Amino acid sequence: MSSENSTLVKLNNAGFKQNDKWLVEGVSLTVEKGKIVTLIGPNGSGKSTTAKIALGIYKNIEGSVEKYTNKVGYVPQKISIDWTLPLRVYDFMLLTENIKDEAIDEALTLTGVIHLKNKNLGNLSGGEFQRVLIARAISKKPELLVLDEPVQGVDYTGEIALYELIKRISDTLNCGILLISHDLHTVMTATDHVVCLNGHVCCSGSPMDVAKNNEYKTLFGEQASQILSVYEHKHDHVHSDEGEIKKN
Amino acid sequence: MFDDFFIRALFAGIGIAFVTGPLGCFVVWRRLSYFGDTLAHSALLGVTMAYTLDLNIAISVFLISSVIALILIQLQKKTNLPGDALLGLLAHSSLAVGLVVIGFLTFIRFDIMGLLFGDILAVTTDDLIIIWTGGALILLFLKLIWKPLFASTVNYELAEAEGLNPDRAKAIFTILMAAVIAISIKMVGLLLITGMLIIPAAMARNISDSPQKMVIFSIIGGLLSVVLGLYSSLEFNTSSGPSIIAASLVLFILSLFKIKQSIKLKN
Repeated sequence: MSSENSTLVKLNNAGFKQNDKWLVEGVSLTVEKGKIVTLIGPNGSGKSTTAKIALGIYKNIEGSVEKYTNKVGYVPQKISIDWTLPLRVYDFMLLTENIKDEAIDEALTLTGVIHLKNKNLGNLSGGEFQRVLIARAISKKPELLVLDEPVQGVDYTGEIALYELIKRISDTLNCGILLISHDLHTVMTATDHVVCLNGHVCCSGSPMDVAKNNEYKTLFGEQASQILSVYEHKHDHVHSDEGEIKKN
Repeated sequence: MFDDFFIRALFAGIGIAFVTGPLGCFVVWRRLSYFGDTLAHSALLGVTMAYTLDLNIAISVFLISSVIALILIQLQKKTNLPGDALLGLLAHSSLAVGLVVIGFLTFIRFDIMGLLFGDILAVTTDDLIIIWTGGALILLFLKLIWKPLFASTVNYELAEAEGLNPDRAKAIFTILMAAVIAISIKMVGLLLITGMLIIPAAMARNISDSPQKMVIFSIIGGLLSVVLGLYSSLEFNTSSGPSIIAASLVLFILSLFKIKQSIKLKN
């Protein structure tokens, strides 16, 4: 695939300063069609800021962002909705685009919350709301999906299923995904490219390259080396959704 | 048909209710009631300008309110004062300046009560034309910016990230607010315009479970308030503005019973 027409968004040495303090600086990354790019890093390392730079939410940035698509689905990390609005899940699904009813039902079914379609958004639990957020983002059939901690508050089995869903979406829609996750295990198995942030890019590359990097090990300590051993153990093959083994 | 002052007032009120219904919902959702108040207070300055320069009141009020809105946006950017302090500053200083200017204009007789609380006798056929054409334009623009405005009301970053340009929608909405105040000032009076925006919308919130329903109930509530208010104004010889707002308060109180019922059903 030539990089020119498969590139969805490209950050060139991008950074953002708020009140004279750099939230993040010097980030270069590219999200291409059908690829998953994951941002990892400790709290306050600029993961969400980087995602917002890529989305064009921040205006006065250093460096540059080249965005080649307007079909964007976004699952923000924090979302505060004012309950003075009477808003059902159904209304929320139509928030930024008029989507056909079948597409809404399909997305809500995929994330397992179709039964909540006519419920008031304010009455959902944290995990249910998170599933609705993901459903809304994928129902638009976006070219670029930006997922900021998409499975927070979802129970463990649900979490695995949702990550599988995200992987499947990237394959079927051939969309590019910018994922922020604190779950190193998921990151290391389902990602094409990892960017490890700590106010700047401390290392990036394939999951394997990053896992071997010393800076990465210092940032994540014990957990990181465990992941590495898990990863090294099975790095000659991957598991498909059905569990069958595919050689790399 | 429009020879009768009461019929004129009725049609003016109906036209206003169609516009304040949907705009009022956004005022409630976006917590802009004090912003509405500020624009309404500044309208007095617009009225005095209309008299001194012999302009149409609605146009003059619209211009002054838009300028005040722009000043507010600039002050928000340039100062560290909280939003409500800035709103209070602009509301009371523009009201004060307006009253001082009236004091100087001794050659014109002002009906201050009419300005503050509305006067149905003052509605002319020209006002009707302004209300209905202005109102239609306001609704048309609101329809055009509905999607980005509503999406950014729910969540600004989602709207911005998914390419809806919420800043432009917000700027247009501010102008629409100035316009709705301009067309309703004669009828409702500048102290009570915000009530016309908020109370029917608040009533609608109590009985709605979706944004569309809230807008529709808000319009219906506004229409009922206008009709009930104007008839009682005629009957008891009270000011039109307070009568309309009092009628909308009655509707709001009635809507509270609906909430109680739905809470009981849940238990």
